[in-house]
Amino acid sequence: MLRARAAIAGIGATDFSKDSGRSELRLAAEAVFAALDDAGLAPSEVDGMVTYTQDANQEIAVAREVGIGELSFFSRVEYGGGAACGTVAHAAMAVATGMADTVVCYRAFNERSGRRFGQPDARLGGQPSSQGLEMSWHVPYGLMTPAAWVAMFAQRYMHVYGATSEDFGRVAVAMRRHAATNPAAWFHGRPITLAEHQASRWIAEPLRLLDCCQESDGAVALVVTSAERARDLRRSAAVITAAAQGAGAGQMMMTSYYRDDMAGLPEMSVVGRRLWEMSGLTPADIQTAILYDHFTPFVLTQLEELGFCGRGEAAGYLQDGGIELDGRLPVNPHGGQLGEAYIHGMNGIAEAVRQIRGTSVNQVVGVANVLVTAGTGVPTSGLILSAP
Amino acid sequence: MSPDTDRADPGKPGTSTDRDLHELAVKQAALGQVRGAAAVDPVNVPMIRHWLDAMGDTNPVYLDQGIAPPAMAQVWTMQGVRRAAGQHSPVDDVMSALDAVGFTGVVATNCEQVYHRYARLGERLTSAIRFDDLAGPKRTALGEGYFATWTITWHAESGEAVAEMMFRVLKFRPPPRAVPREPYPLRPAVNRDTAFFWDGVRQGELRVQSCADCGELRHPPGPICPHCRSANRAYRIAGGEGTVYSYVVHHHPPVPGREPPFVVAVVALPEGVRIVGGIVDCPPEAVGIGMAVVVTYRQMDDELVLPMWAPREP
Repeated sequence: MLRARAAIAGIGATDFSKDSGRSELRLAAEAVFAALDDAGLAPSEVDGMVTYTQDANQEIAVAREVGIGELSFFSRVEYGGGAACGTVAHAAMAVATGMADTVVCYRAFNERSGRRFGQPDARLGGQPSSQGLEMSWHVPYGLMTPAAWVAMFAQRYMHVYGATSEDFGRVAVAMRRHAATNPAAWFHGRPITLAEHQASRWIAEPLRLLDCCQESDGAVALVVTSAERARDLRRSAAVITAAAQGAGAGQMMMTSYYRDDMAGLPEMSVVGRRLWEMSGLTPADIQTAILYDHFTPFVLTQLEELGFCGRGEAAGYLQDGGIELDGRLPVNPHGGQLGEAYIHGMNGIAEAVRQIRGTSVNQVVGVANVLVTAGTGVPTSGLILSAP
Repeated sequence: MSPDTDRADPGKPGTSTDRDLHELAVKQAALGQVRGAAAVDPVNVPMIRHWLDAMGDTNPVYLDQGIAPPAMAQVWTMQGVRRAAGQHSPVDDVMSALDAVGFTGVVATNCEQVYHRYARLGERLTSAIRFDDLAGPKRTALGEGYFATWTITWHAESGEAVAEMMFRVLKFRPPPRAVPREPYPLRPAVNRDTAFFWDGVRQGELRVQSCADCGELRHPPGPICPHCRSANRAYRIAGGEGTVYSYVVHHHPPVPGREPPFVVAVVALPEGVRIVGGIVDCPPEAVGIGMAVVVTYRQMDDELVLPMWAPREP
């Protein structure tokens, strides 16, 4: 079993911006250097690398740039932001099975100044690959942006459970409140009110502008090694108590409209069940959660799928600052992707490590376990990180 | 300057070519009735029998009394596909002249027949053509053109007129081939597993894949039945009705080929599958979950047809 066999021993990041002015490979190298320095490891000690299928920087290119020598393990994780925790899961598996001793996970992109995921891409449906064919049932009608794909689920969720745009807005308000006190966040010092959320323009009804996360340039890297070795390194580590990937039955990439009631995220249920099973923990054992927040509605769904509340109860759970720093479950103390930066979920894992270490600018008191999730609406992944 | 700019515009009233055409028409009309060759065959029973059968005319009077249906007048002297040399009528020159200056399209606009008496079995008819009139140029929906009118009279061997017909055609200049529509930018990928669906919408059919072995319906389709592993695929043509299961109103960012705000919905079909499509003929604010919709096919460009959904009740 993978439980507690590996740990995240180092985290590193570039600045988060709208125009980095550097190549994506340079961003990757900078983040990897920072993570290795944080762990107190030399590049030559790395023998494994994992990134996202969507990352434009090959493992060998980053290795060359950073001075990492021979690699005995490299792997890529599919499905956009759903890969985030999956990179750590793969690294932990490699460490636990002896495929590698020290694995670097990274994500680097100029997502704002380069290719923007939020923009329509007419080529999405153009290729007769399985994904191109899948997209071809949607793209020709103009249903081709992540916001619109998510809005289709959100509309159904509102219909089934009576949730409102204001309920979604409470997520945005919480994230911007957290980012406001995080100097690394793009929206540092810029909180919003629910009224501002309600006044923001429609993107894809029922989603407003402030339901959608920002777009960012930047990179984050993580160093994974054995829990035993991590104890002897420079900084205290976050033990990987559980790691899981999950896809649901009838799964599609953002458009799983043909299965079940469309009011849930079955793939996150798979991840949640695996995390609780592997860790032996329950939602009551989690002091803070990093929930993937590219769009606000799926934060509600995740709270339900992971068992923090019952189905359809998330709107009530959010009331009265329920997911804010002093709430019943502080979610995304760094401000999430709505507030800090959109680094495809990797920045959230780094925040989870800081919460375990007790070094976050928005530190939650008495953190023993942090649950982290990855991209929603896609095959996804999750982690439970714990204090050693 | 293009070399074409000096060319006379044949359709412009008063231009040299327009004058030429009218002068020719006057000349041809002045020829009066010009007799053609006598019919190759006399009025005969087999031809009458075929005609009556083709027309569904069960009146026994023709064969009983040995007379031809009057509307057959044209039949007796009609030229074959390979027209014999020397058979020339005053109309031909006008038609050739119009063709030569670009009025190559032709459509019959009027036909009036007058019957003087029945043609009888064994009579060999002769037709005579008189060019009557050339009118134009006129603007028509088909393009600019001239109306040419002539009269054909059928005579018995005695010289007696049996029937006559006024005939008018529009000789028009076909408009330049329509510029192909701007290709719609959002094209589906199509492969051997999905082609049946897109072939269907081009024919106005909403095809839902069904397993040829176990009958399981499935949308979106795929190569193997997940229920019974059969690769034998068939399809059922959906009735075209559905219910909005969920929807979005897209505002931003702009999407190529679509004008925001537009609505895209997940539509639940009574056949038991869901399908995604655009909602049309309905303001976005009128769309709601549970709304009854009916499929409508929209030609997006010269090739692509998309199934869209319109409210079932206005």
